[in-house]
Amino acid sequence: MTFKALFAASATAALLLAVPANAAELTVGFSQIGSESGWRAAETSVSKQEATKRKVNLKIADAQQKQENQIKAIRSFIAQNVDAIFLAPVVSTGWDSVLKEAKEAKIPVVLLDRDIDPSGKDLYLTAVTSDSVHEGAVAGDWLAKTVGDKACNIVELQGTVGASVAANRKKGFDTAIAKHANLKVVRSQTGDFTRAKGKEVMESFIKAEGGGKNICAVYAHNDDMMVGAIQAMKEAGLKPGKDILTVSIDAVPDIFKAMVAGEADATVELTPNMAGPAFDAVAAFKEKGTVPPKWIQTESRLLTAADDPQKEYDSKKGLGY
Amino acid sequence: MTALVPRRGLAQILALVVILAVDRMVSPQFFDLRLQDGRLFGSIIDVLNRGTPVALLSLGMVLVIATRGIDLSVGAVMAICGAIAASLADSHGLPVVLAAALGAGLVCGLWNGFLVAVLGMQPIVATLILMVAGRGIAQLITEGRIVTFSSPDLVWLGNGAILGVPVPIAIALGMLILTGAMVRGSALGLLIEATGGNARASELAGVGTRAMILAVYVWCGVCAALAGVIAAADIMGADANNAGLWLELDAILAVVIGGTSLFGGRFSLVLAVLGALIIQTMNTGILLSGYPPEFNLLVKAMVVLAVLLLQSPKLSGFAGIMARLRRTKP
Repeated sequence: MTFKALFAASATAALLLAVPANAAELTVGFSQIGSESGWRAAETSVSKQEATKRKVNLKIADAQQKQENQIKAIRSFIAQNVDAIFLAPVVSTGWDSVLKEAKEAKIPVVLLDRDIDPSGKDLYLTAVTSDSVHEGAVAGDWLAKTVGDKACNIVELQGTVGASVAANRKKGFDTAIAKHANLKVVRSQTGDFTRAKGKEVMESFIKAEGGGKNICAVYAHNDDMMVGAIQAMKEAGLKPGKDILTVSIDAVPDIFKAMVAGEADATVELTPNMAGPAFDAVAAFKEKGTVPPKWIQTESRLLTAADDPQKEYDSKKGLGY
Repeated sequence: MTALVPRRGLAQILALVVILAVDRMVSPQFFDLRLQDGRLFGSIIDVLNRGTPVALLSLGMVLVIATRGIDLSVGAVMAICGAIAASLADSHGLPVVLAAALGAGLVCGLWNGFLVAVLGMQPIVATLILMVAGRGIAQLITEGRIVTFSSPDLVWLGNGAILGVPVPIAIALGMLILTGAMVRGSALGLLIEATGGNARASELAGVGTRAMILAVYVWCGVCAALAGVIAAADIMGADANNAGLWLELDAILAVVIGGTSLFGGRFSLVLAVLGALIIQTMNTGILLSGYPPEFNLLVKAMVVLAVLLLQSPKLSGFAGIMARLRRTKP
C-alpha cells in the first residue's frame, strides 16, 4: 500500500517534470535538499504547483542531504543552460566555486529557505527566506493583544537547544512580550520539536504550576510540540484553547485539526511557498532587468480559529506534511 | 524477597530514594496523587508512565547484555513497530495491530540474533546495521510524515487505565513478571548467565549457546516492539524520525545502573527496571525544577556518574581500606 502510494507520487512527479519545454516561458532547475521533514516535502509540492501555475518548466533534483549532490545538480543545470537555478542549501559554506560557474554562464541563482555564507553575497540574485525572529514576534503580539491587561503566566516549549530557529523564535517572542508587564514566561523547557517530548514537558509544567491553574497560555516553538501539549492538558482535565490559550509556529495540518476541535487558538505560518516569490523575482529580472533586493522575506501569516481552520487543513493535508 | 532484590541492589535503591527526595525538594507536590477521569494523576505517575518505554527496553536489553551482547537497534525497532501499529490502527482491530507490530519486532530480533549467533558477528556491529537501516524502514512506512490515528483501542494502550493505573505501567509490570517467570522460574536464566560467563565452556557442558543468544535477541525485539506501540499510542501517532531516538543508550544505561556487567554473566531484571526508573525520576525532576534546558544533560551526567561511583568496586574497596586503616589505628 505504502509503496503503491510512493510509486503514484513519483509517477505524478514524473508527469509534472514532463511538461513540454515549448509551452514554458522559463526553465528553472531546483536543487532541493531532500525530504527530511514534512515541511520540506510540502515545499517541494508547493514549488511544483507554483511552477505549473506560471507555466514554468521546473526540474527538481533531490540531493538527499548531500552538498556534493547539490553541486553536481547545479553543474548539470548550467550544462542544460536553464534560465535560473533555485538552491535550498544544505550547508552555508563551500558554494563559491560552483556559484562562480553559474555567474560566468549568466544564470541567476536564487536561494530558498536558507542563506549562505556572507562571502558569497554577490554570487546570487536574491534569497527568499522566512524571518524566524519575526515569527516569534508575531506569536507574542497576538498573545499580548488577546490577553489585554490581565496578568498572564506563560509556559514555553522551546525547540532543540542550540538550534538557531529555536533561539530566534524565543528572541522574537521575548522582545514582543517585554513591552507588556502583565505577560511573564514562568517556565521554559525544551521539547526537542517533537510531540512526545512536548507532551512530557507539558505534563511537568501542569504539575509544577498548581495543576495548570496558574498557567494562562502556552507558547510552543513548533506545532508538533503543541499537539503533544494539547494532549497533556486534556489528560489533566484542562480545556486547551479555553482555560489555557495556545500559540505555536509552522502551521502544519494537525494544528488546524485541533483548531477545528476548539483545542488550539493560533499558529504562525512558516510558508512552504518559497518558490512563488522566487519565480516572480526571476521573471521580473529576465523581462525588465529589475534587480530584486538581496533578501525577500516571506510572509509570516497569523492563523487563528477565526480564519476557517477546516479550509486551511484541507488545503494543506495533501502537500506531504 | 532476597531472591527478587539481591543484596547488591542496595546502591540502586539508595540512589532512587535520594533522587526522589531531591525531586520532593524542587517540587513540593511531587507525591500528590489524585484521580483524573478514572486515572491516577501526579508526578510520581508521570515518572512510572514516562519510564515505561525504557523499562520495557531494559527488560530485553539486560538479557542480551547477560550473554555478553548488546542491542543498539531497539530505538529503531520501536520506530518501525510504532509506524506499523499507527498505519494499521484505523483499518484493523487491536489484535491484528498488535500481532503485526509484535511480529515485526520478533523478525527484527531474529535478524539480529541470526547475525550474532549464526554468522558470529560482533553484536555491536551486527545491531548497528538495524539501528541505521531501521529508522529508514520506519520512514518508508510512514512516508516521512507523522501518521496519526484515532482508533480508541490503540489510544487506550497509551492513555487508558486499569483500576486507575495507566495501561503502560500495567503492561510494563506484566512484562517484568512474565520475563521473570520465564528466566527465573526455570533454568533459562542460569543458561543465559552461563552463555555470557563463558560461551565455550558452556557449549562444552552441553548448553545450547546459539539458541540462547538467538532467543535473547528475539525477546529484546519483542520488548522494543511493545515499547514502540506504547510510544505511538501515547501521542496518537507514529513519528518515525523521533520515536525511540537514542533510547537504546538509555536502555543500556538502565542495565548498567542496575549493576549488570557489560561483560556478561549475572544479571538482574528487577534492578534493570529500577535503573530505568532512576533515569526517569531524574528526568522528571529536571523538568519540574525549572532550570534552563541548557543544564538538562549536565545534571543528568552528574547524577549518572554519582550512581555509578556508588557501585564501583574499586571505590567501595577504597572505602573498605580506609575503614580498616582507621580500625588499626590506636
